[in-house]
Amino acid sequence: MGTEVSHVTNTNELRRTIIEPVTRIEGHGKVSLLLDSSNRVQQARFHVVEFRGFERFVKGRPYWEIPVLVQRLCGICPVSHHLAAAKAMDVVVGVDDLTPTAERMRRLMHYGQFFQSHALHFFHLVSPDLLFGFDAEPGVRNVIGVAQQHPDLAVQGVMMRKWGQEIIKATAGKKIHGTGAVPGGINKNLTIEERDALVKDADRMLEWAVSALELCKKYTREHLAELASFGSFPSSHLSIVRADGAMDFYHGSLRAIDAEGNVIFDKVEPRDYLDVIREEVRPWSYMKFPYIKDLGPEKGWYRVGPLARLNTCDFIDTPIAEKEREELKELGGGRPVNVTMAYHWARLIELVHAAEKLGSLLRDPLLQGDDLVTKGERRSEGVGIIEAPRGTLFHHYRVNANDQVEMANLIVSTTNNNEPMNRAVGAVAAEHFDGREVTEGLLNRIEVAIRAYDPCLSCATHAVGQMPLSVTAYDATGAVVARGVKGSA
Amino acid sequence: MPKVRIATAALAGCFGCHMSVLDIDERILKLIELVEFDKSPINDIKRFTDRCAVGIVEGGCANEENVHVLREFRTNCDVLISLGDCATMGGLPAMRNGIPLWECFEEAYIAGPTVHNPSGTIPNDPELPLILDRVYPCHEVVKIDMHLPGCPPPADAIWEVLTALLQNRPVSLSYGLLRYD
Repeated sequence: MGTEVSHVTNTNELRRTIIEPVTRIEGHGKVSLLLDSSNRVQQARFHVVEFRGFERFVKGRPYWEIPVLVQRLCGICPVSHHLAAAKAMDVVVGVDDLTPTAERMRRLMHYGQFFQSHALHFFHLVSPDLLFGFDAEPGVRNVIGVAQQHPDLAVQGVMMRKWGQEIIKATAGKKIHGTGAVPGGINKNLTIEERDALVKDADRMLEWAVSALELCKKYTREHLAELASFGSFPSSHLSIVRADGAMDFYHGSLRAIDAEGNVIFDKVEPRDYLDVIREEVRPWSYMKFPYIKDLGPEKGWYRVGPLARLNTCDFIDTPIAEKEREELKELGGGRPVNVTMAYHWARLIELVHAAEKLGSLLRDPLLQGDDLVTKGERRSEGVGIIEAPRGTLFHHYRVNANDQVEMANLIVSTTNNNEPMNRAVGAVAAEHFDGREVTEGLLNRIEVAIRAYDPCLSCATHAVGQMPLSVTAYDATGAVVARGVKGSA
Repeated sequence: MPKVRIATAALAGCFGCHMSVLDIDERILKLIELVEFDKSPINDIKRFTDRCAVGIVEGGCANEENVHVLREFRTNCDVLISLGDCATMGGLPAMRNGIPLWECFEEAYIAGPTVHNPSGTIPNDPELPLILDRVYPCHEVVKIDMHLPGCPPPADAIWEVLTALLQNRPVSLSYGLLRYD
């Protein structure tokens, strides 16, 4: 087989197993495993097969178009790209501090998005695993199964997502691909009518978020023995944190800690991100592999997203979420939590935090202010960094004197988790693949490990169900040894 | 009455159109009483299990696999709908159409300020599907029966199209629901 192998020198004794979501043929991700003669997994690769070329085709576009344009990278969390680009363009138009109304409107939009995205992930995607178990019948283990067997929970999920989407609509004009943020500010405030329509549900949303968290916590505790080692490994963690160390999804400086909790770097301002981050290109995936520059590609990889944020921040500035953070922290015994499956737990703490934040933010009279846009002295370059639901998102642009974008560099949240997802798949495969037979249990578990990171490239499978997989095992000559398909009719 | 079978696919899009389907909110619970989903990202049906009355496609064709899936949908669906601006016109991904593909690769994998790529490798593994010379709207690849524009089409527009098809009546979209954005 003409297989390129990057980390293993002698391929003669190895055979190859491909695990691909059906979505491969819809252009998404797939997994390949390389086995040695004893059928041990030598290497696991999580391939991303999509390529768009944004960095090139935004060149030449006027800078004010960019926040609206680049959000089309992703229809699941467009607000993140919209705001990261707007933050970079704030810098370009010379604005370091937005007006209070603009700043709050953007935060409202962003926390509304967190709420809808985390609710979607938990109710539509993860709850089937929790309610029906990893080994449940695939025909039942999806959101339609949840709707039929737990209609109350399904309705909660739908209504929570709806509330978050309505907040986005009230701030950005549309639920998906809105236009609210402009370089230097925002183009509308929140009307009293919009506020009242949203604020009336705020308490109920918090209540439902807390009960979802309780469900997830209960599940995690009951299954801790199995989950603790599931696709887990020590790793560094990275996120932005507020100047005082608080968790902040919208603004802050970069902090990275190692698996023991030691600070690798701290208070790195967004404009200095090039001092600390690099990305490696590997021939077998369109997704690059970011790493901390000083540690190099081998040791410098890190995790981002809900678990990383819970690990890097010093505290959360809302009472219920802070109490929950302390409880999660006990799992790490004073050190960072490195349990992969704790991502779900962390995500729901953030759901609660977002609900708490939204409740107070919606009542802030500054949202009805009229001072929406400001500007300063034009600059030629801007970096915007934001915490998206799936992790730290970097947007960096250079703009020429004709207001055209000259250079764009995007490090998307999921990309930061590229190496960790590869490792999680490798860890699960090493533990659960017997080298001969591709079992339903293996397929389920690989899918569960990938899903913990809520990767956006599995958008298609992310939405409402589970990731269908097919597996083919080849020997060294390319002959098919075993085949397994999950969920085929 | 047997449920109407519907299949959906996301090709070279951003999944925003599928999200807009979810934005029908609580009506989704009503929808699943009326229709059964065949091959779709919402379940784990790998191949078409039966002929479908309706196929909904988001995204245009940017690589060979998109073409493969789209043809499969044409073969298996009575009514094929292009959903959203990428499917109907190529959309934002088609912004690369005026640019040599190689320049897009070089910008992403060689020129970027954070890129560490001493060997100048462009991803080229056999596992990666071939990228097409340009991004094609769906109707340039197969016959499409209905086009619903919008980026994304509003949830109410999607609901109107689906209910009209289910009730066998003409689609009626108000001015605000038929939009190009």
